[in-house]
Formats: sequence, structure tokens, C-alpha cells
Amino acid sequence: MAKNSTTKLISTLKPVLNTLVALSISLVFFALFLLIIGASPKEVFTYMIEGSVGNWFSIQNTLLMMAPLMLVAFCTVLPAKLGMVVIGGEGALVVGGLASAVTGIALADASYALTMSGMFLSAFLAGGIWIGFVGLLKYYKGANETIVSLLMNYIAIALLNHLVEGSLRDPQSLNKPSTYHIGESKMMGDIAGTDVHYGVIIGLFFILFTYFIYHFTTFGFSVRITGGNKKAARLVGLSLGKIILITCFLAGGISGLAGMVEVTAIHGRANASLIAGFGYTGILVSFLSRHNPIAVLPVTFLFGALAASNGLIQRRCELPDATMVVLQGIIFVTIIGWEGFSGKMALQSFKKLKFNLYGSKLLADTFSNYRRSYKS
Amino acid sequence: MYKNIFYCLSVFILLVASSCGSSTSTEVAGSDSVGNLSIGFVYIGSKSDYGYNQAHSEGAAALKNLSGVTVYEEENVPETMDAQKTMESMINMDKSTLIFPTSFGYFDPHALEMAKKYPDVTFLHCGGLYDKSKHPGNVGSYFGYIDEAVYLSGIVAASTSKTKKLGYIAAKPIPQVLRNINAFALGAQSVDPSVTVTVVFTGDWFLPVKEAEAANSLADQGVDVITGHVDSPKVLIETAEKRGIYSVGYHTDQTPLAPKGFLTGAMWNWPKVYTDFVNNYKAGKSLSGLHRGGLKEGIVMLAPYGPAVSEAAKAKAEAIKAEFMSDKGHTIFKGPLVSSTGKQILKAGEELKQQDPILESMDYLVKGVNGSIPAL
Amino acid sequence: MDQNFWLILLAIIGGAIRVSTPFLFVSLGECITEKSGRINLGHEGSMIMGAMVGYGVSLFTGSAWLGILAAGCIGSLFGLFHGWICGKKGVNDIAMGIALIMLGTGLAFFFGKSLIKPTAPRLDDFSLAWWSSVPQITQAFRINWLFILGIILAVVLHYGFKYSRWGMIVRVAGENEEAGLALGYNVNKIRTISSALGTFLSGIGGAYLSLYYPGSWNEGLSSGQGLMAVALVIFARWKPMQCFVASLLFGGAGALGPALQGAGFSYGYYLFNATPYILTLIIIITSSSKKESGVAPAELEI
Repeated sequence: MAKNSTTKLISTLKPVLNTLVALSISLVFFALFLLIIGASPKEVFTYMIEGSVGNWFSIQNTLLMMAPLMLVAFCTVLPAKLGMVVIGGEGALVVGGLASAVTGIALADASYALTMSGMFLSAFLAGGIWIGFVGLLKYYKGANETIVSLLMNYIAIALLNHLVEGSLRDPQSLNKPSTYHIGESKMMGDIAGTDVHYGVIIGLFFILFTYFIYHFTTFGFSVRITGGNKKAARLVGLSLGKIILITCFLAGGISGLAGMVEVTAIHGRANASLIAGFGYTGILVSFLSRHNPIAVLPVTFLFGALAASNGLIQRRCELPDATMVVLQGIIFVTIIGWEGFSGKMALQSFKKLKFNLYGSKLLADTFSNYRRSYKS
Repeated sequence: MYKNIFYCLSVFILLVASSCGSSTSTEVAGSDSVGNLSIGFVYIGSKSDYGYNQAHSEGAAALKNLSGVTVYEEENVPETMDAQKTMESMINMDKSTLIFPTSFGYFDPHALEMAKKYPDVTFLHCGGLYDKSKHPGNVGSYFGYIDEAVYLSGIVAASTSKTKKLGYIAAKPIPQVLRNINAFALGAQSVDPSVTVTVVFTGDWFLPVKEAEAANSLADQGVDVITGHVDSPKVLIETAEKRGIYSVGYHTDQTPLAPKGFLTGAMWNWPKVYTDFVNNYKAGKSLSGLHRGGLKEGIVMLAPYGPAVSEAAKAKAEAIKAEFMSDKGHTIFKGPLVSSTGKQILKAGEELKQQDPILESMDYLVKGVNGSIPAL
Repeated sequence: MDQNFWLILLAIIGGAIRVSTPFLFVSLGECITEKSGRINLGHEGSMIMGAMVGYGVSLFTGSAWLGILAAGCIGSLFGLFHGWICGKKGVNDIAMGIALIMLGTGLAFFFGKSLIKPTAPRLDDFSLAWWSSVPQITQAFRINWLFILGIILAVVLHYGFKYSRWGMIVRVAGENEEAGLALGYNVNKIRTISSALGTFLSGIGGAYLSLYYPGSWNEGLSSGQGLMAVALVIFARWKPMQCFVASLLFGGAGALGPALQGAGFSYGYYLFNATPYILTLIIIITSSSKKESGVAPAELEI
């Protein structure tokens, strides 16, 4: 019994440890890069910490940067459970934002609660239908979901621009074409005592919600069992089509909410500012968290921290903005690539180091675990 | 093999560690020391874009020469929550008391939110949006009547053109852009009423391939002078040069890009504007309100004439320029003015002075301009 | 109206020729990669790197062709890395592709800052329309040697995949990993080489952007051409000759918006600009079929 639970603990900790190791390696690579270009790694890392978690302002900044990513990442996270790679988060965010703005304007005279729920629902529906369509094409036509969702991103952006500069435009939004404002009284507001808006809470809610769905409901069970396998799906008595459609709808819906948060917490209207590349970052969040809803939280924290400290590094170290893009690139390449080494390398290196610490049994368990997973 | 990798890694780590040790003296203090003024600049794009952002960055560079002034710059800041947090970070961490959010879209809601939160900090926004009845007193907004310089370029373009067809490549049909297109067309028509201007909207501020394609298709239509209003006119000027036709610049002086075909261009004089702002700030004057001006006030300039410009054309342009510089001024928008769809805008004898707010919401193209804008 | 029609048509043909070359190179590159059984979304990254390095080398050496070569080499480094690392168990090729886009973009923007201002020697062009003296026609048919090279490459690859030994090996790796192993080939090695070859081409595609059309290095240069390559290959049903047709179509569709406006139709330019994507989506929808499985390389998880 005890052994069983340690094994279980280790198998949960293993990916976490792996990611941490990979993260440290990527920081070493980045430090090298900084040395090559003649910058001081110490200085950069100091500002990185100061700008992300160094003080209360920075922490709030990090949290705010996390908000859209927490939601939009689900566009890739959920379909990945079925072995599908959907990269349409940007499009779902854009249509979600657009839909919530339109609803907010239409419900201008309604109560706060009604408007909010209307915007929430419309963003969820719009995003859900947008990505649901991807799932539909996947199931009925066998169309490649990665490419279809990529194309849908471009189409969503064109649609937003077209409508915002045309029929939905507020004539008062002179040099920045936008829809009408939903009204200051309808804005989402901040959590009391902070500058952090409720988008973060919505993000947290969906992290827990999806975790619950996938671990404690029949639907989640069948998704985990089938993993996109037609025959297995039939065994649990659900059609694969239904599973795909529901998953894609949920995925799109949650990322559509990212658009709603952008509109109701920040801009108050829909305009081209919604196209900020959150959707593409969301894809990486998903892969880095191994499509695990709970892991989305620490991974978005990492991204939020990078985004929040970006400015300070630019200003203090006089490095161009691209420096942080390089860092992000190095981090992703290392973490994703590390998968290919982790099993074998950890085993060899640990063996060589001949750990003789208290809890060596724990390590032994890890090894056998590694070995098993490597062989299978 | 893995042994080698590990070995390399440990060497790297040592390298980094040693470099960190050696660079302890790189302290960059916030500029809160006595009498020092810290100024923050926020750019929407890369500050070396040969266009809009570079023009502002050159203005910021001029401030760096002033004594007792520290300038912090941050580039590629999207018009999202990022913009607010960037300004706030400059205030909190760099102790900046003067902030220049240089993109039009930074104003509402981003700069306004920050201005409400930090009443002791002065925000100077580029865009000319200030409204005393609505906006806080620590905000100023500035913009130049660049249409005056564009009007002069129109005169030069029409005087040089052989086909009497001019081309204008623009990002979006917003009032600011439409005003420039119309000023260009009116300047050209003041030389020869039969001149036409064909407009191509690319849809966004930075799309090099689309801009080149637009320049080429304009050249195919027989257009022999090309100008534009995009963030970086580099591509369209180089494409025009390649096609052996003339070009007119925008934002900065682009003479080196087209030694043969560059005629002239409208450009900003931010170094002067920013130096004046900072001197006034230091003298304790309020910078709140709207700051506007054209050639006379030295906010905009005409780029040097290229070799293809005849003496007669120069004389014509200089004569009108002298009128702009005089106390009487020169009116660009005066009756009779008819839109491209045949609508009467101004009756004979009517005129709109540069300061007239109606010009800020321009939604038409004047007669002689080929192109249409989506109905507002 | 009639004259307008011809002008628009000509502008679209000209645009197709000008805009298609990077699409052609990248899609051929992706085609080679996918034929071997891997998908590399990172062509966008190698393309942007290629554009930057090509421009830089051309600036410092004075030879645009050396720039092209350097661009190909830097591109193939990315492919080599992608091919090698994705051969490890547990490394997802799509995720790695996206990560490499970010890395490539970051490095290119970082080292490219000082290249935005200077003017490097560009590639020359010549007109195919010797038979015409109408300037619009001679202009529309101005082409660059890379365009010709791309066509030749498409033909070579078409026959190469079909008849050459090398082509068969690649196809075996893409169709059936076990068969490849049984025949004694190192499937991983084949895929790595194919991947490197593929990104060599996308590096050249990037250099075309910076050294010929639009012909200067800046940070907005590539607007997703590399990502679209993956769609193009599906569009072309993994056939090199059809990659050429698809690229021309894509280039032409991209030229539609500006050409229509040049002739005075400017309503709905966002939608016109989105035509390439809508077109591809329609083609993917109509051409996909659950039953059809013979076209895509079987080892490709797509």
C-alpha cells in the first residue's frame, strides 16, 4: 500500500521534475546566449525576477498576463485528450470577443447580471461553434483539424476587421475602428484590493472544472478511455462523433471566454486589439503542460512572468524586445525536446551519481518506473 | 554520448556562474535621485522600423542629450493590458513622471486608466484626442497637421507626374488617413485639376508583401508617383524605385531608399516637439490639453527634394509652404469641395480651418480619388 | 470596365508570379518533410531566419546568391535539429515546430535589428514577355531565377519521388516505418535528412522575400507563409507539381485584394485578403474524405 502510493506520487512528480530540469537547462542556454551577445545574465535574471514576482505590483502584473492564456490554452488542451492538435485558439478568442461585445451592446439597458451572463454565454457559444465546426469537419470529413483550425484563425481575424470597420463600427471610434462601448457600468472590474480583474478567477474556475469533468464524470472517463479510438468509444457506448464534437465545443467555448474577458475587463469594445497572439501562445502553454488542465496553471504563470518582466529587461538592460522571444523559443525547444532524453538520461546520470541519501528507495522506485515507461 | 552532453552542460554552468560573479558592478539604479527626470516611451512596433516608431524613437533620442533626463523605452507593446502595465511599471519601477504612449490606440482606455490612477504623473499621448470635459487633467495629447506637408507633397507629385495618375497605399480608412489622402489629392489638383489619386487599403499597418503588391498593381495601372500611410513606407518606396517610378515618403526622411525617384515627403519633427515638452515640464508648466500644430509650429516638416523635382515644382511648393508658415496660413479644405461619390461637402466660399474638429472625423474621399470606403 | 478586367487579370497573373515563389519553396520543403513521415510546422521559423541571414550575407559579401546559399544553410540547421530531436521518443513534432517558429523569429529579429536600415544587393530579374512591348505585360512577367529554379525543383521532385531510389526510400519511410526498418534503412536518419533538405528550401524561400520581393529585411516580412505551407501541401495532395499550381493560386489570390482596389473596387478588402484561406478551407473540406487514405503518407499522424 505504502509502496503503491509512493509510486503514484513519483509518477505524478516525474513530469514536474522533468519540466523543471528542462527549464533550468533552457535558462543555462539563455545565459549562454546573453554571454555571446555581451549582456550580463545576472543582470537579466535579476530583472526577470524583479519584474515578475519581485514585488506586489509585479505579481499582479504577472497574474494579469496569465488571464487570457489560462482560458485560451484549453483550445488545444481538451482536443489533445483525443489525440487531436487544434491550434485555433486565436480565432475562437476573436469570435468570442466579438460576440460578447455585440451582446453587451444589445443588452445595454439590461441589468448587470443579465448583461454579464449574456456576454458570457454568447462568447462561449461563439467560440464553441467556431471550434465545434473544426471537430465536425474532422469527424465527418476527416479534414485535418490542425490545418482547418489554423485557417479558421485567419478567417476569424478577417471577419472581425471587416465587421469592426463596417457594419458594427461606432462612428465615434474615429481613428481606431471599434464597436460601441458596452458601458462603463458593465465592465468586469477588479478583485477587491487588487488590480487583478476577475478573468483570472474565471480561468482558475475552468482549470478546476475541466479537471473535474475529466476525472470524475462519465464523459471524462470515456474520453480518457477512448483517447480518440473509435472501437474503444463504441465499447463505452458513446459515439466518437459525439465525443469529438463535445470536446471541441468545450475547447472553443472556453477560449471564446478569453475574448470576453479581454472585452469586458479591458477594452470595453471589440476591435483589432483582440488580435494579440494570445491564441498562439496558448498552444505552447498546452504542450508545455502536457495537456493537463492542472498543469496549465504553473505554465501560464511562467508565461505571465516572462511577459510581465519583458518590459523591465528591455528598459534596464537596453536589450531589444526580441530578446524575450529568444528566451521563450529556447524554453519551448528545450522543454519539448527534453522529452526525448529525460527517461534515458535521468536514469544514467542518477546511477552514475550513486545517490546515497535517505530515501534511496524512493529513487529506486523512480528508476524502475522510468525503466518501465521507457520500455513500454 | 550523453556523458558528453552532461559534461558540456556542466562547463556551461561554470561559465555562467563565473560570468555572474564577474559582473557584480552592473547596478542600474532607478532614476529617483535628486533633480533627475525619468521619462518613459511606449512604442507599438519596433523602434527601428524606418517609419512611425522610428520617428518617435528619434525624438526620444534627442531627450537623452538633455542633462538630468533619463529615458526609458519599450517597444512592441500591444494595445492590450500590456500597455497599461508597461506604463505602470515605468511609473513604479523607473520612477517615471512623464510618459509618452506613442500609439494612437494607447489612449482609450489604457492611458486614461493610468492617468486616473496616477494623478501625479503626466501622460502625453500622440494622437490628438484630448477632450477637456471628459479626460483627466494630467493628460495631454498632441498631433501635427501633417496634412499640410502631405498637401505640399501632392503639389510636387502632380508637378512631376507624367501620367497624371498618383497612387496612395494606406492601411485603414480612418479619418487621419482619409485626411492625408484628401490633402494629397487637393494639393495635386491645385496644380492640375485632372490629376487622379488611386487608393489601395492594405488592411493593416505593417504588411510588406501586400504593400509591395499594391505598389506593383498601381504601377501596372499607369500610376507614376506612389506614396502611402503605413507604419513603415520603406517597402513601397523601394518597390516604386524598382519599377522606375517616383515616390513620396511619410513619417521620416526616406531619401536614401530611392536616390532616383524620391521626390519629397511629409515627416515629423519629434525631436523638437519632445524637447519643447520636456523644457516646459521642467519649467513647471502644465502640459494638459491638446497640442496641435503644423509646419508653422515646426511639428511637421517637408523632406528634402529629390533630384527629379524641377525648379518650377520646388518654387510652387515653396510658395505655398511660405503661406502655411505665415500668420494668415493656407486653407486646404475649402469649397467648393465634392466627395468622390458626388456629395457636396463644402459650398463655394466655405472653408475649414486646420483646427476645425469636423476634420477629425472625416469620412469621405474627395473628387478625383479612386477608391471607396465602407459606409460608416 | 473591359480595360479594367484585363488590368485586374494581368495584376493577378503578375502577383501570382511575384508572390508565389516563397510559397513554392516552402511547400516543396514541407512536401519532402511530410513524404518522409514527419510534419514540421517550423518552416515559418527557418524562413524568417533565412530572410534575415540571406539579407545580412548579401550585405556583407555583396553577392545576393551567396545570401541565398547562406539562407538555405541556416534553414537546414533548423530542419536538422527538428529531424534529429523529433526522432527521440516522446518528442511531438508539431509542438517542436511551433517552438522553432518562436526561436527562429526571436533570433532573426534580434540579430536583424541592424539590418533594417542598410540596403543590400538584391537579386536581378528579367522579363519573360519578350514578345510584348506593353509595359504592363512585360512587368507582369518579370521573373527571377529562383522562380525557374522552383519549377525545375518541382519537376525533379515529382519524378524523383516516383522513380529514383532516394525518392522510394523517403516514401517507404513515410508510408511504413516497419517496412523501412525491415529493408535495413535507418528511418530516423532518412527523416532527419528530408527535414534538413526541406528547411533548406524554406530558408531560400525566406531569402526570396528579403532579397527579391518585397526585397528588404524587416520584421513584418513573413506573415504566415511558412505556416500556410502545411495547408498548401494538403491542398496539393502531397504532389510536388501540384505544389507549384497551389502556390500560383495562392499568390494570385493574395494579389486579388490590391488589384481590385487598384481598379477602383475597395469594398470588403479584408474579405478579399482572406480569399486564400477561405479557398484552402473549401478545398480541404471538399477534397477530404474519411475513406480516402491512400494520398497522405501513412506514417503522418494527420
